[in-house]
Amino acid sequence: MMPFTTILVMAFNELRRNLMRSILTTLGIVIGIAAVIALVTLGQGATASITDQISSLGRNLIVVAPGNAGKGGPPQAAAPFKLADVRAIEREVTGLRAVAAVSTAAVPVVLGNNSWASTAIGADANYFAVREWPLASGRAFDEGEIRSGRTVCVIGQRVVTEIFGAQDPIGAPLRVGGFPCNVIGTLAEKGRSIIGNDQDDVVVMPLKTFQRRISGNQDVSLIMVSASTAETTATAKEDITAILRERRHITANKTDDFQVNDVSEIANIVGGVTVILTAFLGAIAAISLVVGGIGIMNIMLVAVTERTREIGIRLAIGALEREVLAQFLIEAVLLALFGGMIGVVLGLTLSAVGTTALGLPLLISPGVIVLATLFSGLVGVGFGYFPARRAARMDPIDALRHE
Amino acid sequence: MALIELQGIRKVYGQGEAEVVALAGIDLAIEAGDFVAVMGPSGSGKSTTMNIIGCLDTPTAGTYRFRDTEVTTLDRNGRALLRRNHLGFVFQGFNLLKRTSALENVELPLVYRGMKVSDRRAQAMDALARVGLAGRENHTQAELSGGQQQRVAIARAIVTQPALLLADEPTGNLDSERSREIMELLVDLNQAHGITVVMVTHEPDMADFARRQVLFKDGRIVHDEVRS
Ligand SMILES: Nc1ncnc2c1ncn2[C@@H]1O[C@H](COP(=O)(O)OP(=O)(O)OP(=O)(O)O)[C@@H](O)[C@H]1O
Ligand SMILES: [Mg+2]
Repeated sequence: MMPFTTILVMAFNELRRNLMRSILTTLGIVIGIAAVIALVTLGQGATASITDQISSLGRNLIVVAPGNAGKGGPPQAAAPFKLADVRAIEREVTGLRAVAAVSTAAVPVVLGNNSWASTAIGADANYFAVREWPLASGRAFDEGEIRSGRTVCVIGQRVVTEIFGAQDPIGAPLRVGGFPCNVIGTLAEKGRSIIGNDQDDVVVMPLKTFQRRISGNQDVSLIMVSASTAETTATAKEDITAILRERRHITANKTDDFQVNDVSEIANIVGGVTVILTAFLGAIAAISLVVGGIGIMNIMLVAVTERTREIGIRLAIGALEREVLAQFLIEAVLLALFGGMIGVVLGLTLSAVGTTALGLPLLISPGVIVLATLFSGLVGVGFGYFPARRAARMDPIDALRHE
Repeated sequence: MALIELQGIRKVYGQGEAEVVALAGIDLAIEAGDFVAVMGPSGSGKSTTMNIIGCLDTPTAGTYRFRDTEVTTLDRNGRALLRRNHLGFVFQGFNLLKRTSALENVELPLVYRGMKVSDRRAQAMDALARVGLAGRENHTQAELSGGQQQRVAIARAIVTQPALLLADEPTGNLDSERSREIMELLVDLNQAHGITVVMVTHEPDMADFARRQVLFKDGRIVHDEVRS
């Protein structure tokens, strides 16, 4: 058997001699591979963008709210949480990074002639930790301010632009819902949440200040919990449920009158849907690869018939059946790989253009590129084998006589 | 010992009503170094015999020995290897690869022998020089005359230094002047390089170049003559 490299060179020369035909033959593979890569890359970009938005709420975030909204069954009047509930969770549940008591209310904010309708959030310093929300300027409230319920606040970027414009807000006596509140810090921009509300449109103050000046009661409307790892999230959820059931005296045969939601779970579900969608689109594109493979088979069959005399000469000279088979098979594989590589380049170009146009991150996974190239090679083998075998099995006398 | 020896070779095409007996029992021995012209009317079985000697075809019955090898026991691969290592072919319709240079055509048998590029290039150039085509190695089939194409085919057949050169009507497509040149080339290869030549021809003029003449008729050898 002659060396593999010799057959490779022979096949390569043959393809080069028929350059135009070679290029046209690979078109199907080019389009197929480009489509697979572009669709998968766009899908992955969309998935990343969605999960990114969800995780911007906070890592391993668990949100505990009173009531049973969205859980089926008749709506129940549920008692709000108290600070003692938050402390109990903090004390008794292990594997938590931070627990924050949160109360919210819509408030007008005013400074001089500027006014804006915003949302007041009463919280402690843990709130920024749970939401993983760094400050842009100034400082957060300290323990003393939290304990004594001082009228200080940290404002989101939306409030900064609406009320202060280019001015420095630090130290300004902002009027929040009728009482003056000193701005001591501003929060970094977070953007819109997955449900579309502006996360930067907030005025955050100590919980005690909020309860005293805005709500007028001791209620806590939400408990935000950040588990230390993704793995502890599930057990933390169970533990929180158990503690709250006990504290709210819910007997074994009654359902919860509160809900414990795991945000990463929601992220996973949404992420899962887009992954399935990506796979589905990828599979449709893969069908075009098969069509491309049939194109190669078609041209190879024509080439084998056209080159019958050549095959006869090779056989007469003493080419072995497997050498002729290898030659034609390698031609088909080279065609397919060549198409695959052009397809990869085209696919990446389309991905770059597409993600830019849609404002998605461009995530190129080497796995898809390797897989696409391997697959195009496989298509070459699969669809090249039949024509190659036909060439190899020819009778030399008949082949030589062929006109 | 003879280079090749055919005994009781029969070749039958088709079955029953459509049966055609192409060869009805051929006995033929050819010594190494001989130059044999095969003659006979159309359909008498000359090409069929050449194809069997050339291991391109298998007989229906009979035995064929090439040196020590019983060819009739070889499989397709075995016959291909025998062709590769010991035989050279020249056909009536030159049969060069299209869009391929003369040099690449002549190199082809060496490629299948797995020879290094530099070695086979030198050997192919040498063979082209021997058939008088030095300087034409980069011409393709379309750029060569009929006589030149046949010279390339001969160069390709002898580049491996075969024991036996088989030529089925090598001058059939050429004018008498070109035919004469090709015959002189074959005689030279036979005498100067000791290559055994078996050649089919319809023209007595061409057959006169051979040392021995074999006449076929209806699938049999009817006359076998060695000239002085
Ligand atoms: N593949 C085949 N199938 C059926 N019959 C065949 C086949 N090949 C050859 N024959 C028959 O065998 C006989 C001998 O043919 P062959 O080609 O050997 O003749 P030839 O002496 O070479 O003739 P020519 O001088 O015309 O080339 C002819 O009758 C031919 O019709
Ligand atoms: Mg004939």
